Amino acid sequence: MSPLDFVVLIGSMVGIAFYGVWRTRGHRDLNAYLKGDQNIGWATIGISVMATQASAITFISTPGQGYQDGLGFVQNYFGMPLALILIAAVFLPMYRWLNVYTAYEFLGRRFDAKTRLLGAALFLLQRGLAAGITIYAPAIILSTMLGWRLDLTIILSGLLVVIYTVIGGSEAVSLTQKYQMAVIFGGMVTAFIVLLVKLPANFTDALTVAGGFQKLEAVSFSFDFKQRYTFWSGLLGGLFLSLSYFGTDQSQVQRYISGASLRESRLGLMFNAVLKIPMQFFILLLGVMVFVFYQFEQPPVFFNQSAWNQAVKQDSGGQLKSFEQKFDAIHVEKEQWIHSWLDAKHSGNQEAATQARAQALAANDRSDAVRTEARTALAAADPGVKSNDADYVFITFILDYLPHGVIGLLVAAFFAAALSSKAAELNALGSTTTIDFYRHVFKREASDDHYVAASKWFTFFWGLVAIGFALFANLAENLIQAVNIVGSVFYGVVLALFLVAFFIRRVGGTAIFWAALAAQALVFILYFSLSISYLWYNFIGCAACVLFSLILQAALGSKTGPAPAELES
Amino acid sequence: MKPASAEPPVAEAEPTGLPWFHTWRGVYVFVFSCFIIWVVLLFALTRIFS
Repeated sequence: MSPLDFVVLIGSMVGIAFYGVWRTRGHRDLNAYLKGDQNIGWATIGISVMATQASAITFISTPGQGYQDGLGFVQNYFGMPLALILIAAVFLPMYRWLNVYTAYEFLGRRFDAKTRLLGAALFLLQRGLAAGITIYAPAIILSTMLGWRLDLTIILSGLLVVIYTVIGGSEAVSLTQKYQMAVIFGGMVTAFIVLLVKLPANFTDALTVAGGFQKLEAVSFSFDFKQRYTFWSGLLGGLFLSLSYFGTDQSQVQRYISGASLRESRLGLMFNAVLKIPMQFFILLLGVMVFVFYQFEQPPVFFNQSAWNQAVKQDSGGQLKSFEQKFDAIHVEKEQWIHSWLDAKHSGNQEAATQARAQALAANDRSDAVRTEARTALAAADPGVKSNDADYVFITFILDYLPHGVIGLLVAAFFAAALSSKAAELNALGSTTTIDFYRHVFKREASDDHYVAASKWFTFFWGLVAIGFALFANLAENLIQAVNIVGSVFYGVVLALFLVAFFIRRVGGTAIFWAALAAQALVFILYFSLSISYLWYNFIGCAACVLFSLILQAALGSKTGPAPAELES
Repeated sequence: MKPASAEPPVAEAEPTGLPWFHTWRGVYVFVFSCFIIWVVLLFALTRIFS
C-alpha cells in the first residue's frame, strides 16, 4: 500500500469514528444510550440493519465464494424477505408496544424469568463467539496480504470500535454505520467498474465464459439435502435463519426498535427485504467477474501468496515450484481455448464453439486438479496454513490490479464493514448483559446514570472478550460460512422461544424452558453426527423445540398463557 | 418495562405514509413481488447461460 492508500484508510476510519463520538457527546439517559432516544428515521434504520448484517466477511469472503462456486450462495438469502415481512407485521409492533430495551424482556413477560435468561444467555453465547470472528476475519486476511502484524491489526481495529461504541452508545453506532456503508458501497462499485474496464472481453462474453464454467447457476431446485445451497434450503432454512437473526438477535432488534415510530422501523426492515438479494447478487457477481478476469490473466496457483511464497522458500525439493509451472502451462492452453470459443461464437460457428468450450473445461479440470495437489502439498509442508484460499481471491485481485488510492478505499471498505457490524454486536452484548442480567438479577433499583455506566462497562468488557477471542482464534472453514454455521446451531432454538411466545398461547415457561434445552442438545448431537447443509439446523432446532414444548406442556397439564393485552401487567 | 399504550397495537392501523401503498398489506405484497421477480430473473440467468 502507498502513502495515499494509508491516508484514505486512516482518514476515513478514524474520521467516521470521531464524528460518531462528537455527534453523540454529552449526558445521555438509558433510553438515549440504548435506543438512541427513538428518533431515528427509516433510511438510517435500513442502512444500520444492513450494515450490522454485512460484516467485513461479506465483502472479503463473498467474492471468493462467487469465484469458487458461482452465484449459488445467493439462495441463502431467499428466506429473508419473507422473514422480514413477518417480523414487521408481528414481532416489531409487540416490541414497540412493550417498549422493551431487549428482545429477551418480551420472553420474561410472556413466559418467566428463567426463559428470559435462557434466551439472553443463548444470545450472549453465540454472539460472543461470532463477535471474535468479525474482528479476526478481516484482520487475518489483511495482515497476511499487507504484511501487517496480525495482533496489532486486531488490537487497533478492535480498540477503535470499542471507544466509539462505549462513548456514543446506540446512536453513535447507527450514525457511523451510515457513513461506513457509504465507504463500503463506494469501494465495491469502484472495484466493479475497474474490473469491467480491465476485462479483455466485453460484458456479454464475460457472462458467456462464466456460464460456460457453471458460475452463473444461481438457482437450483434440487431436492438433494447434501447440496449446500438450493432454492429449498435457502427458502426454508434461510427463512428460519433470517427470522431468528432479525427477529430475536439483539444486535438487529436494537437497530430497528430505535426508530422514531413503528412506521420508520417497518420501512427500515422493508428497505432490507427489497435490497438484500440484489446486493448479495452484486457481490457474488463481482467474484464471478474476478473469475472471468483470471481466465485471461495468469492467477496464482494459491491465492494466499504470502503463505505460498514462504513454503516455496523452504521447499528444497522444488515440488511446489513444479506445481506452479504445471499450473501456468495449463492456464496458457486454457486461455487459447477460451479465445477460440469466443471467436467461434462471434462467427456463428456453434459446433466449433462447443468443441472449444469442451477443451477449455477439460483444461480447467486439469488446472483444478493441479491446484488441489498443490494445496495438499502445501498443507503437508505447513499444517498451519488453511488449504481453502477463497477468502484471499478478492484481496489478491485488489492489490495486484487496482490503482493506488482505490486500494486504500477498498481496504477502508473492509475495515468499515468490520467496525460497523462489530459496533452493533458490542452495543447489543452490552445492552443484554445490563438489562437482562445486571438490572434483572443483580441490581433491580438504581438510577439511569448507574445503568448507563454499567452498560458502558459491559460493552467495554465484551469488546475486550472479542479482541481476546480474535487474538487466539484459528478458523478452518470459509469465514462467512463459519459465522453462519455458529448462528445456525443456536438460532433455531432461540427462534422457537419467540414463535411459541407469539403464536402458541397454551405453552408455559417451564415447558418451553426444558424443551429449549432438549432441542439445543439435539442440534449439537446432529451437528456432530450428520453431514447435511447447516441451514437445516435452523429448521430442525426450531421444529424440535416447538414439538418438545407441546409434548411437555401436555404432560404438565393444560395452561393458557397471557393474551397480548395482559403482557403489560 | 412499561408499555407505550394500554392496548397492543393493531398491526395494520399505522399509516404507511407512502404515495402508492396506503396499507401495510400493499407494502408487503410489493416486497414479496420484488422477491418473486428476483427469483425469476436469477432462474432465467441460470437457464440462459448454462
